[in-house]
Amino acid sequence: MSALLDVVGVYKRFGALDVLRGVNLTAHRGECLVVLGASGSGKSTLLRCINLLEPISSGSIAFKGETITGSPTNAHRANANRANANRANANRIRQQIGMVFQSFELFQHLSAVENVVLAPVRVKGEAPQEARAYARHLLAKVHLPDKADALPDELSGGQQQRVAIARALAMRPELLLYDEPTSALDPETVGEVLQVMQELSDEGMTSIVVTHEMGFARRAADRVVFMEHGQIAHSASAADFFGAAVPERVARFLGGIET
Amino acid sequence: MATISFPLIIEYVFSARFFDAALTTLLISLSALFWGMMIGLLVAMLQEARWRSLRWVAMGYLWLFRGTPVLFQLIFAFNVLPSFGLVLSGFTCATLALALNEGAYMAEIMRSGIRAVGSGQRLAARALGMQDWQVMRWVVLPQALRIIIPPIGNQFIGMLKLSALVSVIAVDELLLVANQTASSNFRYLEALSAAGIYYLLMTTLLMIGQFYLEWALHRRRRGPAIQPVDIILGATADAGRIR
Repeated sequence: MSALLDVVGVYKRFGALDVLRGVNLTAHRGECLVVLGASGSGKSTLLRCINLLEPISSGSIAFKGETITGSPTNAHRANANRANANRANANRIRQQIGMVFQSFELFQHLSAVENVVLAPVRVKGEAPQEARAYARHLLAKVHLPDKADALPDELSGGQQQRVAIARALAMRPELLLYDEPTSALDPETVGEVLQVMQELSDEGMTSIVVTHEMGFARRAADRVVFMEHGQIAHSASAADFFGAAVPERVARFLGGIET
Repeated sequence: MATISFPLIIEYVFSARFFDAALTTLLISLSALFWGMMIGLLVAMLQEARWRSLRWVAMGYLWLFRGTPVLFQLIFAFNVLPSFGLVLSGFTCATLALALNEGAYMAEIMRSGIRAVGSGQRLAARALGMQDWQVMRWVVLPQALRIIIPPIGNQFIGMLKLSALVSVIAVDELLLVANQTASSNFRYLEALSAAGIYYLLMTTLLMIGQFYLEWALHRRRRGPAIQPVDIILGATADAGRIR
């Protein structure tokens, strides 16, 4: 397995607040990485930094061996050309890294299938007919073959999140980031979303999942990472993480969630 | 004791002079509304711009055009611009002044529409690799449009009525024509009634159009049904305000 994503010594400061304090993380192709941790530990910020939605303060992130964001010493002073180049670069990278949000964020004015085809057609310039056919294939893949023409309003939370997954997949990403994908769902629809995520992972989709679903971590994760105060406090294979001796603070966190 | 001559009202309503005047009123309103929307959209985007200097430009514009009466702006454009060598026709002057004034109000409507589209929607669009303008064009504006259509309809109706002010700079629109017609024979009741009929006809058609537009949008979104009365009340509640 080769490293698809390499996060090295990443810091992220919001004013005086250090949200990420030297995060190191490697994701290999085909791997499913689950990130656990209390809220405020920096998990979501890490995902946004990986997708270049937030600039990092220092450190570096490499994707497919290419450094996609380093720590320019005077980033805020960068000239317009440099800023434009960065923006174009960010757009190119984001097309290869899909993201699924806690609040789904389906485009409210578009039907399910229109949500899925928008970016392939407008950003990648794919032919609408082909994009539409692929979108229907993806909607079938997330078990919503008959909801193509439904508007987001007409779908349950779990259905919306599955459309959102299809929308991310439509860009044929090599890495999928899930930011607490089931936290906003009714309990009865959590399962259907987790099932789709696991199926994708089983097919070889590389994914990083921020979640509180321990069951999913046990079943689907190759590796589990525990974050605390902006750092990776513990990282282990799923079997070790839930089996062998874990650091006490991890055990306390797991105990707190599971009881 | 004044008597009313219905045949005279009908004669006025069907006269070419009144018809042309109504057309002028409609044209001024339409073009002022169109340019007002363009200016409003531009100013709304300036207000959201990254650079502070652009935001200051927008602020200055709003301060100027919201802080003075539109009648003042009309007369200013008509009487002051020529002394700077800029001689515009009455129609152009009217459109210019009304559009600049309208833009200052449109900006707020546009901005509220743009703001109503949540930041999560933009984030999701950017995460799909869209550039800033693509996020605007494909995600934010289509949703903002649904939000701003009702207030824009109100602005149009308001503009139609506001355009009567243009009579002071000698543009042959409805009110001026009615007034002039009456001054030759003192049949004010008939001439003004004819103008009033035209105004009501146009505002009524606009309200109906607005209703169908909103109905079509709501049908697509399958939202709660709206009643014609809501629209008429909504339209009249706001459109008569004094500037």
